[in-house]
Order: sequence, then C-alpha cells, then structure tokens
Amino acid sequence: MDISVFQIIWFVLWGVLWAVYFMLDGFVLGTGFLAGILAKNDTEKRVLINSVGPVWDGNEVWLITAGGATFAAFPTTYALMFSNLYSALILLLFALIVRGVSFEFRGKLEGSTWKKSWDVAIIISSFLPALLFGVAFGNIFKGIPMKNDFAAVNFSYDGTLIGLLNPYGLVTGILFVLLFAVHGALYVAIKTSDELSQRAGVLANKLWFPLLVVAVAFLGYSYPATKLYANFLNAPILVIIPLIAVASLLLVKLFALKGAMHKAFLFSCLTIVFVVFTGVTGLFPNLIPSSLDPASNLTIFNSSSSLLTLQIMTVVALIMVPTVICYKIWVYRIFRAPVRAEDVLTDPHAY
Amino acid sequence: MSVVTLSQLQFAATGMFHWIFVPLTLGLSIMTAWMETKYVTTGDETWLRMTKFWGKLFLINFALGVVTGITMEFQFGMNWSEYSRYVGDIFGAPLAIEATLAFFLESVFIGVWIFGWNKISKKAHLVTIWLASVATNVSALIILLANAWMQKPVGYVIRNNRAEMNDFLAVLTNDYGWIKFIHTLLSGYALAAFVIMGVSAWHLLRKNENDFFVRSFRMAAVWAFVATLGVAVTGDMHAVEIAEHQPTKFAAMESQWETRRGVGMSLLLIPDVARECNNVDMFCIPNMLSILAFHDATGEIKGLKEFPKELRPPVLPTFLSFRAMTGLGMFMLLTSLAGIVLSRRQKFVEYRAFLTLMVCAIPAPYLAEQLGWVVAELGRQPWIVYGVLKTADAVSKSITTTQVILSLIGFTVLYGMLGAIDIFLLVKYAKKGPDKDVSSIINVQGRA
Ligand code: HDD
Ligand code: HEM
Ligand code: HEM
Repeated sequence: MDISVFQIIWFVLWGVLWAVYFMLDGFVLGTGFLAGILAKNDTEKRVLINSVGPVWDGNEVWLITAGGATFAAFPTTYALMFSNLYSALILLLFALIVRGVSFEFRGKLEGSTWKKSWDVAIIISSFLPALLFGVAFGNIFKGIPMKNDFAAVNFSYDGTLIGLLNPYGLVTGILFVLLFAVHGALYVAIKTSDELSQRAGVLANKLWFPLLVVAVAFLGYSYPATKLYANFLNAPILVIIPLIAVASLLLVKLFALKGAMHKAFLFSCLTIVFVVFTGVTGLFPNLIPSSLDPASNLTIFNSSSSLLTLQIMTVVALIMVPTVICYKIWVYRIFRAPVRAEDVLTDPHAY
Repeated sequence: MSVVTLSQLQFAATGMFHWIFVPLTLGLSIMTAWMETKYVTTGDETWLRMTKFWGKLFLINFALGVVTGITMEFQFGMNWSEYSRYVGDIFGAPLAIEATLAFFLESVFIGVWIFGWNKISKKAHLVTIWLASVATNVSALIILLANAWMQKPVGYVIRNNRAEMNDFLAVLTNDYGWIKFIHTLLSGYALAAFVIMGVSAWHLLRKNENDFFVRSFRMAAVWAFVATLGVAVTGDMHAVEIAEHQPTKFAAMESQWETRRGVGMSLLLIPDVARECNNVDMFCIPNMLSILAFHDATGEIKGLKEFPKELRPPVLPTFLSFRAMTGLGMFMLLTSLAGIVLSRRQKFVEYRAFLTLMVCAIPAPYLAEQLGWVVAELGRQPWIVYGVLKTADAVSKSITTTQVILSLIGFTVLYGMLGAIDIFLLVKYAKKGPDKDVSSIINVQGRA
C-alpha cells in the first residue's frame, strides 16, 4: 500500500486517541475541579476522589499514548508542536503532576491544613488542564505563527504564551471547561449516591445552559477565525459529524432532565468525542496549520514517519488498542457500583 | 547559560528525579507480587500482612514515578525538537509502543489491585499485581531499548535529512539494550531488597514484630545478593560493549590518556585533566583492564589523547561516578552475603551493629543508581546519538533561555517539594510498621 494510506490511517488514529483521552480524562478533570462546589464535607470529598481513584491513571495514559503516537507517526509535528507550545505545556505538566500526587497524598495524613491544601491543589490542577487543552486546541484550529521550510530543514516560531490567549483560543478553552464540567457532574451523579449524587445532577442540568451558549459561540466564531469549515463545504456529507455532536448535546439535557443520568452521561461522552472529531475533520490534512503561510502548514504528508515505521505502528495499534479497550471495559464493570460514604469509611485501601 | 546547557540540566534533573522512584517500583512490584503469591498458595496470614505493608510503601513511591514520567516524554519534543525530528522515525515508535503495551496494563491493573481487595477473588487479585509488575518490567525494557539506540544506533539509514528506520528487528534485538535492561532491572531489584532489609533492620533494632521482619529480611537478603551479583556480571558485559563501541566513554571511565596494549588496572588513580595524565597511579593489577575490556591480556585500549578534545566527555565526573558505582556494588555484594548468613542464625536480632549498618546502607543502592546514569549519559557526550547527532545540534530552536530558566526553576521547586513530601510519607509509613488487623481485607468474596 501507498504511504498516503498509512498517513491517513494515522491521522484518524491521532484524532481517535485525543477524542478518547478527552472523553475519559474529561470526567476526572471535571470531577476534580467541581469537588469544591459539590462536596460539603471531608467524607464527600473522599467519595469523589475514590470514584475516580481506580481509573484516573489509566485514563491519563491515553494522553501519553496520544503524545507517543504523534511522536512515532508524525515526528516533525511532535517536535514543532511541543517546542512551539513550550510554556503552555510546562504549565500543563505541572498541573497534571500535582493532580496525580494530590489523589495519592491527600488521605495519607490526618490534619485539616494538610487536607485543605490538597483540596485546593486538586481544584486548580484539574481546572488548568481543562482550560489549557482547550486553549491549545483552539490555537491549533486557528493556526499558529510558524514558518517552516521543510526542504531546508528550517523552522521558526514567533508566538508567545500570551499570544495563545487570543479570543478564539479562550472561547475554545471555556468550551472545554464547560464540556468537562457537565461531563464530570454527570459522572458524579452516576458514581455516587444520595444527596451528593442529586446535587451533581442538579449542577449538570444548570451548567448545560452556559455550555450550549458557548458551544454555539464556538461554532459561529470558528467560521471567521479558522478554516475548519472548508472541508465540510467541500464534502457536505461530513456535516453528519458536527450534527451528531449537536444532537448528543441536546440529548444530554433531555435525559438529564428526566433523571436518566446514565444515558445523559453516555451522550456527554459522544458529545466530547464528536466535538473533537469535528475539529479534526476540519483540520485534515493539516495537523497544525500555520497562521502565517499555508506552505508552512504541518500536514500528515510533510511531517510523517517513513512507510516502514508507519506500517509497524499500524500493526501495533491494531493489536493493542482493541486489547486495551477490552480490559478497560472489564475494569469499569468491576467498579461499576456507586461509591458510598460507608465504603470509603470502612475500606482501608481507599484514598 | 545557553539553551543547550539549560536543557541538559533540566533533562538530567527531571530524569534523575524520575529515577529516584523507578528502581524501587521495579523491585517492589515484583517482590510484592511474590509475597501475595505466597499468601494465596499457603494461606499464611503473615504473607498477607507483608503484602499489605510493603505494598503500601510501593504505592506511595509509585505515585511519583508515574507523574514524573510524563515530563520525560514531553521533554523530547519541548527541549529537544531537533533531536525528535531527526530520529523520531526510530525513537518515537518505542515510546508509543511502551504506552500501549505497558503503561495501560500497569496503570489499569494497579488501580484494580488497590481498590479491588473486596471486589474480586483472591486469585484474580493476585493476577492483577502480576500483570502490573510484568508490565512495569516490560516498560523498562522498551524505554531502555530506546535509550540504548542512542548509545549504539542500529537498524537505520540517513535519508530525507533524518535517520530512518530500515530494520526494526535490529532495534529490538540491540544487544546493548538487553544488557542495559538486565543491568538496570537487577539494580532495581537489588535496591528494593536493600530497602526491605534496611526497614526490617530498623524495626528489629526496636524489637518490633520480630517474626515479620526477620522473615522479610531473610527473603530480601537472598534477592539482594543474587540481584547484585547479576548487576556486577552485566556491568562487566556493559564495559566490554563500551570498550568496543564507545572508546571515548571507556577511556574516560577508566581515565586512560595514552593508547596502550596490555593495560593494567590501578586501584588508586587521580586524573589531572588539565595536563592530560594521571597524577597518582598506584596499586596496579597488571593486564587487568585489557582482560576486563577485551578478555585478552594484550588487548589495546585507546587513550583519550587519541581523540580531539571536543569529542571527549567530561573525564572527571565520568571516571569518579564509575569508580563509585562499582565500589558501591562491591559493598552491596558483601553486606547482602553477610545478611544471608547472619539472618539464618538464632541470635540474628542481637547483632545490633550489623542491623545498624543495614539501616545506614539504604542510600547506597540509590547513589549507585544515579551514578550509573551519569556514567551512561555524561560519558556519551558530546553525542546525543553516539556518532550520529551531537547534543548541541539536537536542541529546540524556538525556545529561549528565559523559558528554560523559568521551567527549570519551576521543576526544581515543584519536584523538591513533592520529593520531600513523598520521602516523608515513605519514612512515616515504614516506621509505622505493619497493621495488626487484616480481617477487613480477608473477607474477599469467593468469586472466580
Ligand atoms: C528502566 C526503567 C525506566 C526508564 C529508564 C524510564 N522509565 Fe519512565 N517509568 C518506568 C520505568 C522507566 C516505570 C517503572 O515503569 C514507571 C515508574 C512508575 C510507573 O508507574 O511506571 C514509569 C513511569 C513513566 C510514565 C508514566 C506512566 C503512567 O502514567 O502510568 C511515563 C510517561 C514514562 N515513565 C516515560 C518515560 C520516558 C519518556 C523515559 C525516558 C526518558 C523514562 N520514562 C525513563
Ligand atoms: C531515568 C533515567 C535517566 C537518567 C537519570 C538520565 C540522565 C541523564 C543525564 C545526567 C543527562 C545529561 C547529560 C549531560 O549533562 O549532558 C541526560 C541527557 C539525556 N538523556 Fe538521559 N537519563 C535517563 C534516561 C534516559 C533515557 C531512558 C533516555 C532515552 C529514552 C534518555 C535520553 C537523554 C536525552 C535525550 C538527553 C538530553 C541530551 C543530552 O544531554 O545528552 N535518558 N540524561
Ligand atoms: C558491580 C559492578 C558494576 C559494574 C561493573 C557496572 C557497570 C556499569 C557500566 C559500564 C555502565 C554504563 C552503561 C552505559 O554507558 O551505557 C553502568 C550503568 C548503570 N549502572 Fe552499573 N555497574 C555496577 C554496579 C551497579 C550497581 C550496584 C547499580 C545500582 C544498584 C548500578 C546501576 C546502574 C545504572 C542504573 C546504570 C545506567 C543504566 C545503564 O546504562 O545500564 N550499577 N553500569
């Protein structure tokens, strides 16, 4: 097969990996930064942490995989994306590091200063990644200010951290925050019980309205701010992707109102996945467009690995990704029961 | 300071920090799995208490290993984008494979192990710790194969302004990588065993839970001795490989300035880098170095003067680190052997001097671990991929010194704090000793 076939396969996989990551870590981040609002006492905080306890690391590995896959399949994109977004990624790393240890450390000592400090850490370190991922992807959709001369192996960038905080980037950032907030609240609603669960359900319902507003703003603003619509205008059949995203978002509300939280959560998953797919479809065949000059765009064709590497990676992905999905489903089934206050109070292994 | 130097400092700092936690994870995961196996097969509750106690320390340590790993993966693109672009065709694949093959297994099943005590059967629970620990070891293999490719590049051609893979099998079967893997893995087992011996000795000095800690100590002493022996043997194989492929590193490790045949090994050497010679050179074992390096008494060893100055690694730190690592290895070999012999005696708990020594020995393997990486990475300079790409050409062009200074300060502060807290917690839980009551964990439902 021709190398372009593999480049397209890897573009699709690239999109899938990011989408799955956002779907899975989205509810962990959401649960994390809503903890301050949702939980009224120490036990409820512990219930929240333990509801994501068995799965948060496994979910974060999707990010590591997305990063690794970018490195393996599109090394030039990996190199330029990560170095051009240096400052934003450092902040992201610090946040992800703090979040991970907070879960582990919070319950290891008694004492209210200790616990309160980690509570604050969890909220900040869960909120920041949600916002930063949104800002980063907004800027990728928009294009970043880089000049790339592939023939002469000459690459340059003239953006800054502040430059990333442009209005479109911020709208996308807020969109991600709200998507994850609703997603997290729905997760808490199905994974906890009694008052905590009800409070989360109410919050999800409330947050849905601002989410809708920002989603509409994002879709509208994307037209002048990005070239995402070009592919959809060329191949109208693709419009099905954003339509599924919008329909799922509406169904979230429908089911959440009826109190069918499991279904609402399911459609919230679909919303996130299809929002990411919409963006990624709009980008094709670019991975990162340049805002200065279309010749500088990083595409799947000018930034990919060699045919051999792509072939090897395809075999690996075809075997491993389904395997991973199978055992992950098994694990989610083991932990499907809601976490109750009695559980964390009596279980010596709980966080 | 330049972006290159700052990025090197940052990579070294974050890597060595990751490496404080990784070896204990490698060793304790497998030893915890071993203890739980003993519990499941014998039904003896002491094994369960051992699993819980050492497992707790394992988890506190594991947390920081996990979160500092992401930094490592991101830094290749952030600070070393020219490197990533140039060798990504080969180097990216192992990183992606490591994530899909190993990290998923590890993270998912550790989660089940922590939270699944009362949710799955005993046997299924045992399987989860084995899966997690095998995955941990597999992840080590893959990342070390990647690292070994930088030491001894194989299976590639230079094409399209970059190194492209033309033989994946050669990358996977790189002998340099396999030696590295075994050396590193066993060093992790040895380290974990020394931690277990040290903590046990601390409790035995206080006559705390004698049965529990004598049993832990005995088990660990055997692990420590066997693993350290393996470390020494593979370390020698490493040196042979280096003498052949990285003559500059070898010469720096041994502080050899002149090219000679039939070189002896001096027990006391003090290099004088400015004058390019050794100030003090005493207690020489004739022909020993040639024998170690080439298994041939008259083998020729290339001296540093053979190479232009800009192709030599920093001699003094490479030399001292290597000497200290091997010295610590010998120390570990002797103490663990003594541990095996003494812990079998009735009067073991009365050997207070020895027990005190074992508590004080905990830092020894940690130091050796760090020094090992200094030898391997610093000794490779000025190359980032030996003979293919220079470190100075590998750095990102779009980042500024200010950015890297700020991130380096950030890492230092953040890692400093988290490291201090983690070590504080490890010490606290190690001193606390095992829980008396394990009844809450053994009501595991008998589901298959
Ligand atoms: C010989 C072993 C070894 C070496 C040389 C390295 N690591 Fe590591 N790494 C591990 C062995 C390990 C481990 C033992 O498997 C860890 C420690 C704790 C853990 O969860 O897994 C781990 C964790 C870990 C994680 C987190 C996985 C998770 O979330 O579960 C990442 C992303 C990396 N590592 C990446 C790297 C990179 C990019 C390295 C090279 C620069 C590196 N590690 C060096
Ligand atoms: C976790 C254990 C590791 C430690 C402690 C470690 C240590 C170091 C040190 C001390 C340096 C700086 C050398 C200098 O001052 O010039 C360095 C550089 C580097 N190492 Fe390692 N290393 C580790 C693992 C790895 C692995 C597994 C890889 C590859 C996958 C790797 C790739 C690099 C790179 C890319 C650099 C930067 C360029 C350079 O300075 O050579 N390291 N490392
Ligand atoms: C007993 C004699 C020992 C010998 C002869 C020896 C030899 C070596 C050599 C030659 C290297 C450099 C490999 C390279 O440049 O790629 C190395 C690296 C290393 N050593 Fe040792 N070593 C010994 C003991 C130890 C001990 C006791 C530990 C820790 C407990 C240890 C941990 C390491 C580590 C972590 C590395 C870096 C990873 C690697 O390159 O394999 N070594 N050792």
